[in-house]
Amino acid sequence: MNEGQSTGSSNRLFAEALGCVRGGRILFRGLGFALEPGQAGLLTGPNGVGKSSLLRLVAGLLQPSAGICTAPETKALCDDRLALDEHLPLEQALGFWARLDGQSEAAVSAAMARAGLGHLAEVPVRYFSTGQRQRARLARTYLAAATLWLLDEPANGLDSDSVAQLGSALQAHLDGGGIILAASHIPLPIAFDLSLQLQPLEELEACL
Amino acid sequence: MFVIRAIATIIWRDVRQSYASGGTWLPVIFYLSAATLFPFAVGPDRDLLLQTGGGILWIAALLATLLPLDRLVQPDLENGFHDQLIARGFSDEILAAARLVSHWLSFGPPLLFAAFLASGLMGLEGAALGTLLASLAIATPALAGLAVMIAALTAGLKGAGALGGLLLVPLAIPLLIFGAGSLSAQGSSALMFLAAISLLLVAITPFAAGAALSALRE
Repeated sequence: MNEGQSTGSSNRLFAEALGCVRGGRILFRGLGFALEPGQAGLLTGPNGVGKSSLLRLVAGLLQPSAGICTAPETKALCDDRLALDEHLPLEQALGFWARLDGQSEAAVSAAMARAGLGHLAEVPVRYFSTGQRQRARLARTYLAAATLWLLDEPANGLDSDSVAQLGSALQAHLDGGGIILAASHIPLPIAFDLSLQLQPLEELEACL
Repeated sequence: MFVIRAIATIIWRDVRQSYASGGTWLPVIFYLSAATLFPFAVGPDRDLLLQTGGGILWIAALLATLLPLDRLVQPDLENGFHDQLIARGFSDEILAAARLVSHWLSFGPPLLFAAFLASGLMGLEGAALGTLLASLAIATPALAGLAVMIAALTAGLKGAGALGGLLLVPLAIPLLIFGAGSLSAQGSSALMFLAAISLLLVAITPFAAGAALSALRE
């Protein structure tokens, strides 16, 4: 099997003949897609089909087993983990990522406001509810000022107002020339330019 | 320049968290209590304490290394910090090196301070005290490196703390031999051997721990 590579950077997201092996099992192979600046892609498919693995692969956390993946240099991954210090107030917890990404304190406030968390700036993260934690993950993603947003179930645990708020943040990102690749079971209120339906490999082979 | 500032930010977070959560003081308290118990156990014989005290303080330092093992790497892997940093383009080796520095900053100086206090209980003073502190100062980066390596190797395993202890103790034996050996009469060459081993362990830590961390993602 060819060693895959996920090197190089461009301002578009491009994958060709991408394959991924996890735990000795092929999750997907021969996957190809391209997203230009301002475009959004939606990943769908049953549980365990490799949606999260594809997002992690694009983020550079996994090496593809085959194929090529080129992604913009700045990527923000929003997965199911918070990556914020639980004992710190939200503003300080986000402040760590702001300093790391070279963002100002005003950007922290702006990101919290976009995620609807402005009133919780002083509250330690460990007191957050499920939906508030999800919005904190989104705030961290907004704050990164990355070109490519990789969102794993971004609407999980959000109420309908928050989903609408998420939709306007996503749209603003696309309007600013950003790229979004999202896996979601909950319909997101933006127009997707690309829909990738991942299927379990056995069924795929049965169809051929 | 930007990268150096970012790494300093990561190290600063680790150090601050370690001092704030009390993780720094646990080994110190352990160290002091071990040193306090020893004179009670062997009796207040001044000569005996002088002869054995340095060795006991060295063993206590080694055991104190074990205490923070399970919170060195595991929490950041669990809450996604590590993945977020990797996604920003930091390599596992760089992050392991940063962890080594931050762990030493929150482990080395407090331990030296505790050793200074504890040496009074053993009656160590003058040149012997100086040698003890010098040997610990040389060895604490290596002990921190061993702790980071083993924490990365055992991250995600059940009973990682106990397993880490089993792995660390044999690896730390050379440090103990030359560290405690430096307290004897022909100590200066032992101190140089100690420095050599310490340098070696510190040098391989980023690569060994980094390899373990990247293997965890597969």
